[in-house]
Amino acid sequence: MDDWRDGIFEAVKAAGVTQVAYVPDAGHSRLIERSIEDNDLRAVSLTTEEEGVALLAGAWLGGAKGVLLLQSSGVGNCVNMLSLAKTCAFPLVMLVTMRGEWGEFNSWQKPMGVTTQAHLELCGATCYRCDRPEDVRETVESAFRFAYFTNSIAAVLLGQRLIGAKVFEEPASC
Amino acid sequence: MLNRREAVRRLLADRGNMLVVAGLGQSCFDCFAAGDDPRNFYLWGAMGGAVPAGLGIALAQPERRVLVVTGDGDALMSAGAFATVGAEAPENLAICILDNERYGETGGQVTHTARGADLAAMAAAGGVGRSWTVRTKAQFADAVGALRQGAGPMVAVVKVAPENEPGALPPQDGPHLKRRFRSAALGVEDK
Repeated sequence: MDDWRDGIFEAVKAAGVTQVAYVPDAGHSRLIERSIEDNDLRAVSLTTEEEGVALLAGAWLGGAKGVLLLQSSGVGNCVNMLSLAKTCAFPLVMLVTMRGEWGEFNSWQKPMGVTTQAHLELCGATCYRCDRPEDVRETVESAFRFAYFTNSIAAVLLGQRLIGAKVFEEPASC
Repeated sequence: MLNRREAVRRLLADRGNMLVVAGLGQSCFDCFAAGDDPRNFYLWGAMGGAVPAGLGIALAQPERRVLVVTGDGDALMSAGAFATVGAEAPENLAICILDNERYGETGGQVTHTARGADLAAMAAAGGVGRSWTVRTKAQFADAVGALRQGAGPMVAVVKVAPENEPGALPPQDGPHLKRRFRSAALGVEDK
């Protein structure tokens, strides 16, 4: 089966994206690497995720499409800036790699991880979840169509079950 | 001390093809008072959004001059964006920060720039090498030329008097502002 990570990249390319804004996450590393290598894409590393919401509003004002790559913890950083996308009906696609759920070991990831979808929905985003590799490409393609045809915010939540929960070596007593 | 409204009027006079993002509060009102233009995008909220929004336009339209006009409060909230601008280094992006050392819309409380923070130094430290502070009319005359035509990215921090100017409220309807900007800047008619 094709790798879902390449499927995301192909969906991003097919959507006509030229600006890929990101705060890195292991689950997005393939997409980030391929975006940096692609001469038709501008991969923009952000200091905080909310910059990406404003950056991609600007991209659309300038006639360009974009995508925002972030981890679930970064959704919390975006809350007020999403008012820009919602109030002005900017198309926005967010690809969110999940932490703080399936198989999580780090309790500090939980507060945002278990409430990511609720936060996004309160901010006006429509969420699509992916936990199976065969659904990923089609879901990302659908999110682009939804966001750019209806001038709205679409978030794809890439589940920890899909990405693989992060594992740390722990002492035998744990 | 420079008057913010007069400064913005001079900055936007005979603006040519320039695309403008105005940060929330007084900066929006100053840009509107200088003469409304569909190629102005006014932020009525989204504090911290003016600089990254300007960057997005600049990357999408590398042949056009993009000018961000915003205040010290907005710029402080997105200080990390100086590093993003520095890293991307778009030559067509100019940022003018009207620094009155106050939060003008909330009662005039002092910002950190009244207490030692130096936005030009912060921008330079973020990688925007062409960053400087403007305090006099003569310096501002030079800054206008640089902001409109010089090689960016650049950040000019213009120290302005703290008094708020009379109300001059631009349109608030977000989809309208977006559509008219894209229509005027790109010739795109959105449904």
